[in-house]
Amino acid sequence: MRLRHILISSAFAGSLLLTSGCSIQPWVKPYERDRLADPIMAWDRDAISNAYLDHIRESREGSRGATGGAGGGCGCN
Amino acid sequence: MMAALLLIRSTSADVLPDNRADVFYSKYSGGGMDITGYSATARAKVTENFALEANYFIDKVSGASVDVLSQASVIKDERKQKSGTLQYLHDKTTYAASYMTSVERDYISDTASFSLSQDMFGDLTTITLGFSNTHNKVGINNGTANKPDVAWLGHALTKAYSAGLSQIITKNFIAGVNLQVITDAGYLANPYRSIRYLDGSAKGYSLASQVYPQTHTSTAVQAQAKYYLPYRAAVTGVYRYYRDTWGVIGNTYELDYTHPISNKWIFEGRVRYYKQSAASFYSDLFPFAGSQNFTARDQNLAALDNTTIGGKVTYAFLPDGWRIFKRGTVTVDVSRIRFNYLDFRDIKDFGPPQYKPGSEPLYQFSAMVYQAYVSIYF
Repeated sequence: MRLRHILISSAFAGSLLLTSGCSIQPWVKPYERDRLADPIMAWDRDAISNAYLDHIRESREGSRGATGGAGGGCGCN
Repeated sequence: MMAALLLIRSTSADVLPDNRADVFYSKYSGGGMDITGYSATARAKVTENFALEANYFIDKVSGASVDVLSQASVIKDERKQKSGTLQYLHDKTTYAASYMTSVERDYISDTASFSLSQDMFGDLTTITLGFSNTHNKVGINNGTANKPDVAWLGHALTKAYSAGLSQIITKNFIAGVNLQVITDAGYLANPYRSIRYLDGSAKGYSLASQVYPQTHTSTAVQAQAKYYLPYRAAVTGVYRYYRDTWGVIGNTYELDYTHPISNKWIFEGRVRYYKQSAASFYSDLFPFAGSQNFTARDQNLAALDNTTIGGKVTYAFLPDGWRIFKRGTVTVDVSRIRFNYLDFRDIKDFGPPQYKPGSEPLYQFSAMVYQAYVSIYF
């Protein structure tokens, strides 16, 4: 019942967001985004390095995915 | 098994990133393995809306992990990975199509992927959707490093579905969430690793091949937040929850601190902790041969935790540019990872008569990861 309640509430909130989406005004104005544009605030400043670290981890852990990283191959040995 | 996964990159989709070229060196050392990697990447905008990226990566492996070493000699191998990406920007949507191929003597992997990224709500929100399809050909080298004799064992197909949301919360705070569901089908076991079971032999146990299910589905959700401190520095927090149909549940926690000094230096420190439960068909020591349908003793499927402490320094040169070059950076990144296995025992270094099967010390090791790279923007 609790899960059902959460799903219904989420669906209601989602439809509200979708129907009112076009009228949402950006509450952080473009001229206020200088700090967010600083390279230290980038999610993925060095994509190759992050992908390499993800490959290292995925070759040695049971978990995978949702990190934004990538890598191919087996890592079998 | 290492499927090539589609990226979720939560960047603004209004402008394609700057042209950039990287040369990259990496070294991993730990747990009986030394892996040296070299990579070159170039990304260029053909027009304001259209960009191309190409990457070449080569890994040279020597040594082998402890469960492979307990039954085989030292392995030397090489992995070559090539990838290409096309990016197209239309209004506030970026489309990306990629192809990646990775070749080892005993493992060939090809991945095609597609993603789109959409900015909305005054560019406060970025939504990313992605799909990738991977084909793996799995083999085993029954020969030696210099005289390989590869027997191909089967194929594995992997499909990855991903969705991501990045949201500007305040002028100092950005948060995001990624979801990825991955399904595999086919030959999924690592052929170099074996199970062990009790018997009446002198050692007290014998080895046998692992038997894995032929399907595997995993779900991972990652939430991350980045905050710009009152002075010029940033803190990032990351949490990931993982579970799969093999019974592995993983939790990852990471905290990063980024601190620039003037416009020339960026220092970054990170701490990461990861913990997982074992797969339902994993055991360090089975009671007898054929005791259950599926059997694994792959250390990746054991209950384990690991802790990473790392740091990164970036130095910016050519601040005013030179000819066609806008700027450049040199980065050195060093991490130490401590692995602790909670139900995987070290049978390479310990055994009878001192240790009976199942009483050997639990395996643990530390690894060092070094990276150095030069990036040129033009």
